[in-house]
Amino acid sequence: MPILSAGQRHKITVTLNGEERTGHAEPRMLLSDFLRHELGATGTHVGCEHGVCGACTIKLDGQPTRSCLTLAVQVDGSQLETVEGLGASDGSLGVLQDCFRRHFALQCGFCTAGILMSLDTYLRDQPNAGEDDLRALLSGHICRCTGYTPIIAAALEAAEILRARELQPEQRGPDV
Amino acid sequence: MKPPPFDYIRPNTLAEGLELIGKYGADARILAGGQSLIAMLNMRVAAPKLLIDINGLTDEAYIRDDGDAIAIGCATRQAVLERWPTLAQRLPLIAKALPYVGHAQTRSRGTVCGSIAHADPSSELPLCLALLDGQVVLRNRRRSRTVPARDFFSGVLQTTRLDDEMITEIRLPVPPGNTGAAFNEMAIRHGDFAIIAVGALVDTTHVRVAIGGGDDFPVVKRLPLSGEAALQEALNDLAWSLDCQDDLHATATYRRHLIRVLGQRTIEEAIACRS
Repeated sequence: MPILSAGQRHKITVTLNGEERTGHAEPRMLLSDFLRHELGATGTHVGCEHGVCGACTIKLDGQPTRSCLTLAVQVDGSQLETVEGLGASDGSLGVLQDCFRRHFALQCGFCTAGILMSLDTYLRDQPNAGEDDLRALLSGHICRCTGYTPIIAAALEAAEILRARELQPEQRGPDV
Repeated sequence: MKPPPFDYIRPNTLAEGLELIGKYGADARILAGGQSLIAMLNMRVAAPKLLIDINGLTDEAYIRDDGDAIAIGCATRQAVLERWPTLAQRLPLIAKALPYVGHAQTRSRGTVCGSIAHADPSSELPLCLALLDGQVVLRNRRRSRTVPARDFFSGVLQTTRLDDEMITEIRLPVPPGNTGAAFNEMAIRHGDFAIIAVGALVDTTHVRVAIGGGDDFPVVKRLPLSGEAALQEALNDLAWSLDCQDDLHATATYRRHLIRVLGQRTIEEAIACRS
């Protein structure tokens, strides 16, 4: 690969929530800014820009990632998932989002997109996560509204629903 | 809070990476997981002319069990080490310390060697490297040298790595079977920078204790296990021997207090899990 020079914008192609998208970025452009300003995906929020607050957390090739600690030029060819991809195509909420709504797990909503992306990955990998695991995970996010308790309640309920869904095909048995 | 301009390159092989760091030296920085470096760029604490991104060096993302030591390549992510099936058995200290390294959301990308290269005085992996008496393998275009941890850290965010060198591997010795290991830290929020971090390895007669956050780099001390009073005395001496500082998070007095209290607790835990 040649050196990408500082003053030039370079073409970056990613798969964002299943859709191929292209934008341009100087080497110094953060992935969080690339998503928001180049691709118009403003669901990902930007808080501290040094990896502490967690608001900008997305999924990069399936792993939770701080988009403010990643450069746009690093993700050329990668799979990105952001909060925009959590709901269904008809606009209805995903399981986790719906639980957040029911449990009042958000107020101002600034931290929510990042927390949803962290939890979405975590519940995929750890379907039996308990409260302690979830609290440790949430230490990677700052929420100044909720006091975290409703977030934990929402996540536990979402885990339960997701587990039940996983079991369904076996429970249904064969169609006779 | 945006990085200053820099050029960027992503080598595909270690040889290419070593060529680049050899050519650009102090003007370049190695970008591994970026969990410290990009934060430093965003805050403009660092302003390199070139970033050499080693995330493409997939051959360097290894964990190799050499029997007496575990070798970890420069592209190995912390989360991968955390999930390594024999970690708790081979390196219990690391298994206990890793959950304190940043957050799950940063360990997914942060590398083991990157954290050591960054050499933050309060960070966990440099402390573990020092406590285990590990080694850092540094390479430039022409040669490779192996530096023991005690000769590697030289100050706050400072190491003895030369400008044309890159960390290619660290080696963590596997302690003898009868060693007990424990790790604790006090931070404002779980996963934040430690105010004080303490690691301990105990055998039948002695404890090796390492303190992070008390001085410019992790300090390791070997103390005899000769009763609680003597240990408390030794921890008090250790606390006063360090250059503890006041900052926004804690006073020097509180740091010394933590060294005594957390030190005692960590050593007791290490003794309790000695097999």
